[in-house]
Amino acid sequence: MAVTNSPRGADPGAAARPESNSWTLRLRQAIDRHLPMDHLLPDRQPYYVGSWVYVFGVVTIAALAWVIASGVVLSFMGPQWWHDSRVGHFFNSLHFWSVQLFFIFMVLHLWGQYFMAGWRSGRAATWMIGVIIFGTSILTAFTGYLSQQNFASQFVAINAKDAMNGAGIGAFFNVLNFGQMYGLHVMLLPIGITILVVAHIVMVRTRGVVKPIDPEGGARP
Amino acid sequence: MKSMGATQEEYYRGVRMERYDLVKELVIAVVAVGVIALIGAAVLSSPDVAPVTIATWSQADPVDFVTTATGELAGSSTSAGYGAPYNSASPGQSWGPIAPQSWFGVRIPLDSASAFVIQPLQRASFSNTTLGTALGTWQNATADQQTTWLDAYSKALVDATVSDGAVAVAAGDYGPLPVMMSNLVGIAQAGGLDGLLVINGRFYQTDYTQPLLFMGDGGYLAGLADQAHLTGSLWGMMNETGQYPGQTWLWLYTMWYQVFPFNSDTGFIGLSAGNADLGIIILMTLLTVALALVPFIPFLRDIPRWIPIHRLIWRQYYAPRKGAART
Repeated sequence: MAVTNSPRGADPGAAARPESNSWTLRLRQAIDRHLPMDHLLPDRQPYYVGSWVYVFGVVTIAALAWVIASGVVLSFMGPQWWHDSRVGHFFNSLHFWSVQLFFIFMVLHLWGQYFMAGWRSGRAATWMIGVIIFGTSILTAFTGYLSQQNFASQFVAINAKDAMNGAGIGAFFNVLNFGQMYGLHVMLLPIGITILVVAHIVMVRTRGVVKPIDPEGGARP
Repeated sequence: MKSMGATQEEYYRGVRMERYDLVKELVIAVVAVGVIALIGAAVLSSPDVAPVTIATWSQADPVDFVTTATGELAGSSTSAGYGAPYNSASPGQSWGPIAPQSWFGVRIPLDSASAFVIQPLQRASFSNTTLGTALGTWQNATADQQTTWLDAYSKALVDATVSDGAVAVAAGDYGPLPVMMSNLVGIAQAGGLDGLLVINGRFYQTDYTQPLLFMGDGGYLAGLADQAHLTGSLWGMMNETGQYPGQTWLWLYTMWYQVFPFNSDTGFIGLSAGNADLGIIILMTLLTVALALVPFIPFLRDIPRWIPIHRLIWRQYYAPRKGAART
């Protein structure tokens, strides 16, 4: 492309320049190398992936999809809607139960991966990002409880301020400030979780599923 | 460097591969989880107990309201003596040299007496000469005189009675306090104080720091939380109103408040109930870091090998071989 689009005579050596100078080409080649489509969306898996434990990761993603979808509806309609409207309250309930399911599945996934020692054979970073997702999800749910605008929100806020202030966090993270908590809950933290989950999935697909622990001892990370 | 694609293929070399439809599994998972969530929403609904307002507080328990407001004036309330980030009345929590509460100073300044009592009364005294005179008397009095009035009024409030929402105390020398407090409780019961504590010269606002701190100083909201089994001694923030699950994922965090040394007045190595918030946040931070670093921590990373849960998970792999390839 660079050769055909260059003004005539502007860069006579362009045709001879190796194509690897193209950042676009390099990026595409790197993606092809590290995550070819047959790794991203494989239609074959090792036979031991047939265990039910592998389902926990998928259902966690499914629950997250419902959390985000119901959250988008709630944020679109605004905070008063889920208190004053039956439809709004239904979507609030959908968000509530999706979050509960999300955490149940995520904890099962975490424990499953722990007892499978899923970090083996170069997968430590995948585990660590998973832990960061877990922590970020707790923070997101916490800001969600603070954003409910009901009695539980008041109680959680009044009590949580002491923990935040005692640790010095309250000077910047004011749990009594609805605007700050709501903004974090509907915008920054969900974006963070989404990016981390995508990275987590890409790392899983890039490396593939870890083998069972060797009966004779197995490999260490 | 070997390409990652080659690495994965090398990693799986010799392993029997079977058909696996990830997309179909994801779609089924989304539908199944959605059905469960929709049924939960439709059948079980969700908790939404109406918030307490200063109006409902002052109507339901005017004595607690006036006692709290008097405490704000006296500087004896929780928020008045809190310390950072609201004021400098207390050094805050610390553990040896670790004192993050004081490190960042007063970033959300609050003068409880002024914010919760004096300023609202000043605004309300615009066309109320009786209140204006009482406020003038209060502000022109010496600190010793104010303390004498506050002490006497606080003691009288213990036996206060309520009639038509008004708080009455035994006759005594309380200076202008009865007039100030009867006006404040009247404003609060009418809903005016809910607005006065949040406007601060603005029209739009989303910061409820002041009214929440004021209500937190009182006993009414805490009493309702106790009735709803939400309080800290009952695992606090992981609870939810009604029979609904709350933030159950905070079980480990809230558990520490129930055990030694964080529930003890004497404590251990400088950690006690007095600095439990700081101690538990530090502990949870360390535990979270340890969880993230499990792959590198010898004992923790070896537990899965010792406890044969993986043999249940990969039953097919560990089962006696029936001609299947195994690596």
